[in-house]
Amino acid sequence: MNSPKTKISSSPADFGLGNVTQRVEIHNLPLQSGKSLDRITLAYSTVGQLNREKSNGILICHALTGDQFVASPHPITQKPGWWDQIIGPGKLIDTNRFFVICSNVLGGCMGSTGPASVKPDGGEVYGLSFPMITIGDMVKAQVGLIDHLGIDQLFAVIGGSMGGMQVLEWAAHYSERVFAAVPIATAARHSAQNIAFHEVGRQAIMADPDWREGNYQKFGKVPHRGLAVARMAAHITYLSEPTLHQKFGRRLQERDRPSFGFEADFQVESYLRHQGSSFVERFDANSYLFVTRAMDYFDLYAERGGILSENFRDIKTRFCVTSFTSDWLFPTSESRAIVQALNAVAANVSFVEIESPYGHDSFLLDLPEFHQTLSGFIEASARIRGIA
Amino acid sequence: MTDLLRQDLALIADLIPPGVRLLDIGCGDGALLEYLGRHKNVDGRGIELSQKGVNACVARGLAVVQGDADRDLQSYPTHGFDVVVLSQTLQATRHPDRVVAELVRIGKVAIVSLPNFGRLSIRMQILFGGKMPRTNSLSYEWYDTPNIHLCTLADFYNLLQAQNIKVESFIPVSTAGRPGLWRQKMGLANLLADQGIFRLSRQPTGTIEV
Repeated sequence: MNSPKTKISSSPADFGLGNVTQRVEIHNLPLQSGKSLDRITLAYSTVGQLNREKSNGILICHALTGDQFVASPHPITQKPGWWDQIIGPGKLIDTNRFFVICSNVLGGCMGSTGPASVKPDGGEVYGLSFPMITIGDMVKAQVGLIDHLGIDQLFAVIGGSMGGMQVLEWAAHYSERVFAAVPIATAARHSAQNIAFHEVGRQAIMADPDWREGNYQKFGKVPHRGLAVARMAAHITYLSEPTLHQKFGRRLQERDRPSFGFEADFQVESYLRHQGSSFVERFDANSYLFVTRAMDYFDLYAERGGILSENFRDIKTRFCVTSFTSDWLFPTSESRAIVQALNAVAANVSFVEIESPYGHDSFLLDLPEFHQTLSGFIEASARIRGIA
Repeated sequence: MTDLLRQDLALIADLIPPGVRLLDIGCGDGALLEYLGRHKNVDGRGIELSQKGVNACVARGLAVVQGDADRDLQSYPTHGFDVVVLSQTLQATRHPDRVVAELVRIGKVAIVSLPNFGRLSIRMQILFGGKMPRTNSLSYEWYDTPNIHLCTLADFYNLLQAQNIKVESFIPVSTAGRPGLWRQKMGLANLLADQGIFRLSRQPTGTIEV
């Protein structure tokens, strides 16, 4: 597939993020649904320097509720970048050596065009009139960004969960622009169980009276409660039973005995409530609806008559696929299916299932075995690519 | 240069023509794959059970998938490789018969090395000691051995016959790790060899599945 026919210019537009994020404007983006979006903005961050050969670019793709602040402090939460532990000077992905790029996805709410953005005509915000977007559309917008940066071929595209779906999309449709692909804890299509969990989250948002059929911004409202419930339900799926047991057990929160009521008696309840309420500070409810939907629609099998491997015929990209033993949201079987499809077309693929008790979130944690795999793959690939 | 390899791997490496596509099942830390890639321009892939082994391979720049011979061979396409190598692993599989059949399906040629449970010193240990034998190459106690399907070279040869698998060549290997001089005589090899290396093939008989 060709890159999108987009005219790109740097945009000085301000989305309330000040100058902490860079932006590009893409004049027109045809979408998978048949609709198109005009004058979209992608907010992104970069760390490190692009080398003269422009061969050291690494695109990091964020997960559902992630953003472009991968290795720099988050402007709202002030927390370190979400993958700060492996990306930075002298770290596993050494920014003295690599040029790391991370963009907020199309449909997101950290500066990229999404349902909370004002329409290009300057009138209203999109709200539910925002066109349905897909993982393919998100990646097409990223291709526009990579064009803008003047990079023909990325050294690596790396991402977990929804970020891993984007990695697979890059490999399936723009493989000549990806030297190495690292899809982590992901799947080539969203499972029925995962669609079901997403639907619970969306229904929670829509059931909040403050959602106002998606027009809450006009009414100066925020569907706090619905979005928080959506986050609480989703957060459980990112963990594992042993983790919850070890972290909280049946311990009570700041009390000696149960209240015999519906207060957050248990620590686990208090923790989830906190996860929910802190999430609404940094995420837009409609954006949550659209981005979860994009994941639901992701299906690389369907695009090729049900045969996944057809996406990867004659591919030159090197792959490193990883999964985690306790991840029940994107279980190892999903990664194995990807590996089998790549094997079927004799692609260059490595695969490791990492022992971890921490569930889906494992990829964001400090797991030495995982980091060894990642670092071994990146080092060897850089050697083969000839990156000093 | 093959002295950098374990002796049995060096003998296997000698059997592999340059430039082939090769799958090494149970590839360990990737020593054979790396050697073949560097010195024989072999396009290699590996399967390895241990995460440690896979990590070592990945760090060498090799394409290796975590998996095991019993479970993960079905997904490989028929004749997807010129050569498939299974070294010192068959005796640790759950279904050696099925694994061997998969080897000659996936590879146009399969190279299998396995320890010989029929050699004289092992027979003597059972005969006179009355206990499960232990040797340098088979050093486990009976209760903690991963080698759940040990066989003699003659047993393996019979399995190949039963499965209509062609033995293209056979190298008995002495305890010193050298090719034995008894390669024409299976009975003698079965008595004296420490291990055997078989080069196997099967012409496709049925439909080819992808």
